[in-house]
Amino acid sequence: MTEKRQLFDEMLLDGDGVRQPYGAYQEWFSNEDPTRLTKKSKEAEAFFRRTGITFNVYGQEEAQERLIPFDLIPRIISNREWARLSKGIEQRVRAINAFLHDIYHRQEILRAGIVPPHLIAQNDAFLPQMIGISPPGGVYTHIVGTDIVRTGENEFFVLEDNARTPSGVSYMLENRETMLQMFPELFSQNKVQPVSDYPKNLRRSLAASAPAGCNGKPTVAVLTPGIHNSAYFEHSFLADQMGVELVEGHDLRVVDGRIAMRTTQGYQNIDVLYRRVDDDFLDPLNFNPDSMLGVPGIMDVYRAGGITIANAPGTGISDDKAIYSYMPEIVEFYTGEKAILKNVQTWRCSEPEALQYVLDHLSELVVKEVHGSGGYGMLVGPAASKKEIASFAVKLKKNPSNYIAQPTLSLSTVPIFVKKGLSPRHVDLRPFVLVSPKEVKITPGGLTRVALKAGSLVVNSSQGGGTKDTWVLED
Amino acid sequence: MLGKTAGGIYWMSRFLERAENTARLVEAGFRIALTRSSDSASEWKSVVTTAGVRNGYMKKYDSFAGHTVIDYLLRDTGNPSSVMSVIENARMNARLVRTVLTTEVWEAVNENWMTLKEALRRPIKETELPGILGTIRQQSALVRGAMHGTMMRNDIFDFAQIGTALERADNTARIIDVKYYTLLPSASFVGSPLDNVQWETILRSVSAHRSFRWLNQDDMTSSNIADFLILDSRFPRSLSFCSRNLGENLGFLAKDYGVRMPCNDLVERQRDKLRAHDIGSIFDEGLHQFIGTFIRDNNAIGMQIEQDYRFNG
Repeated sequence: MTEKRQLFDEMLLDGDGVRQPYGAYQEWFSNEDPTRLTKKSKEAEAFFRRTGITFNVYGQEEAQERLIPFDLIPRIISNREWARLSKGIEQRVRAINAFLHDIYHRQEILRAGIVPPHLIAQNDAFLPQMIGISPPGGVYTHIVGTDIVRTGENEFFVLEDNARTPSGVSYMLENRETMLQMFPELFSQNKVQPVSDYPKNLRRSLAASAPAGCNGKPTVAVLTPGIHNSAYFEHSFLADQMGVELVEGHDLRVVDGRIAMRTTQGYQNIDVLYRRVDDDFLDPLNFNPDSMLGVPGIMDVYRAGGITIANAPGTGISDDKAIYSYMPEIVEFYTGEKAILKNVQTWRCSEPEALQYVLDHLSELVVKEVHGSGGYGMLVGPAASKKEIASFAVKLKKNPSNYIAQPTLSLSTVPIFVKKGLSPRHVDLRPFVLVSPKEVKITPGGLTRVALKAGSLVVNSSQGGGTKDTWVLED
Repeated sequence: MLGKTAGGIYWMSRFLERAENTARLVEAGFRIALTRSSDSASEWKSVVTTAGVRNGYMKKYDSFAGHTVIDYLLRDTGNPSSVMSVIENARMNARLVRTVLTTEVWEAVNENWMTLKEALRRPIKETELPGILGTIRQQSALVRGAMHGTMMRNDIFDFAQIGTALERADNTARIIDVKYYTLLPSASFVGSPLDNVQWETILRSVSAHRSFRWLNQDDMTSSNIADFLILDSRFPRSLSFCSRNLGENLGFLAKDYGVRMPCNDLVERQRDKLRAHDIGSIFDEGLHQFIGTFIRDNNAIGMQIEQDYRFNG
């Protein structure tokens, strides 16, 4: 099999022509003057800079703000493809919520011998403080960003279930706004399902999850670690779009058994807190005592049913990379159905046989830290040097249970716009899912991340990835 | 509205106002240096003093040359009051309160920052200075225009106006404070070249040389100038005008929130005092003391506002 035939491009067919969802777009594109597109591309960048759509990169000398590069070729998904995807995502998200409820209550799935108990008990993402707590409306993961990759016409895999505080939704929204401004004509030629309802839906969904004791219109607020956090733009963007306050830990305190924010007219109660602060930092009294970002005592208020925290503390146990490999069984256990979306084959390095296999095949595999994120601390075998592989093997042997390994998937590609025209780059997809006690809502599309370096499989923005507007067609 | 947010918008407005005022001081100093070169060192010295950064400046330089003063006041990020520093601060506060700003205002503040960061990247050549000062003024005007054209007239807007009025009053008062002796009737010889230079600088530092001339024609006396800067009810940088503006906006807040705060009383007292004086009685009381008291009262009002509306806790 040649390298070329392994790659699946979502737009361009092997010979001439494009895949069906790209038909109308291709017709438009072929009539476009590349100079005009180059100019548009620069305009987009200036627009992002002016509006301040930036993110901060950790570990750089000067905490500077950077733009996530935006590529103007949209990623287009047909309605048929989307229908199947969204059904699979919904199934998975429902299973995750059932799993979380079970794991913090009766732990039936452990008794049934499906997930080994030590994976839970010895897992840092498992919060004993959550045992026996039932969050308002029974929702654990109000917001999920399921990472999906594609390898063929009908081959979709879930790469990660981001069930803690998934980010990126502001880029999904701003990318669409940018496309609407730059190329309005495209949206009359293609019937693209809108994404702009997301903030409204998010607010509704959060309000619907308010504590049972909340009378009247629930007060919602977004909790941010502050202006220096890499996703601060998104936090303020979402608060703004929802029309709710953006608060930091020092704006909040416990007043009469409720969480209240300091306003110009005294303290005002909050019913639902959409927190973009990690579990560890949420409450210095109950978790990390050094945290300056959280609210002392919020867990006690939560336990007493005085506030909804979205997502609930302790959801990390469901998107943990060690638990991930059990997801097909978890889905089946709670829904009684076969999982619609596939899992990527995963070797758990905690198991001696798997570890041996991984060590023998490091140059072919992707090895990730169980708790890592953002593309940090991982090994992409095929792209690594002998030296990198050797030093990674040492780390791996020292602490095998900290790692899982997966085959290097040949992620699908979508072309990006370059001087010479179109050039294929690997992509992934993060659809955004809202869960309320009543329903699961998935915004059609999501965030497409694209590796800008030819051949690279790392799409993370912190590692030089870009984004694309993602279209789900209506037909 | 969060206390922190009120504080953010208040400080954003103060910093924006401060940038403009500093640019104006430099502009006046530069003009004197060009037209009366013999006085330029002492003029630059008083510019630095008025900007309130004399200690910091003296740590770095031991003389008052035009190019070092200009660099320190416009570009030096080691100087917390330089235009670059305060524009950084204004933008940081704008980011902090972004949820209460209209897109237009946020973009204007962000663009102000981007433009000045570029313009002030390298040391400023004399030939470029007028252009850069123009840019600073223009960017401020864009932010102000966006504020007035797009913001709702609610508590958010009130806090912005309050910050602007306080900062502006402080600036005008400090200009008078540093040059008070040139405004004393006893020291003045009508029409003497020294006073003309000094008076012109004062008026230019508050962009009032033309409006003053329109109002007073040839009648340029120290008393007229002091009256104009302190008591004129039409001039938007006079102490009286700023104080009235401050009182009104604090009044809107009290009405909006349904609670009168200690800061309302403080500003009321300040306004009463200004209303009770004419320029003669101010000179009788002592111009220097009068201005000194005003600056202290103005600071006290600022601190009371921070406390009353819970900016910090």
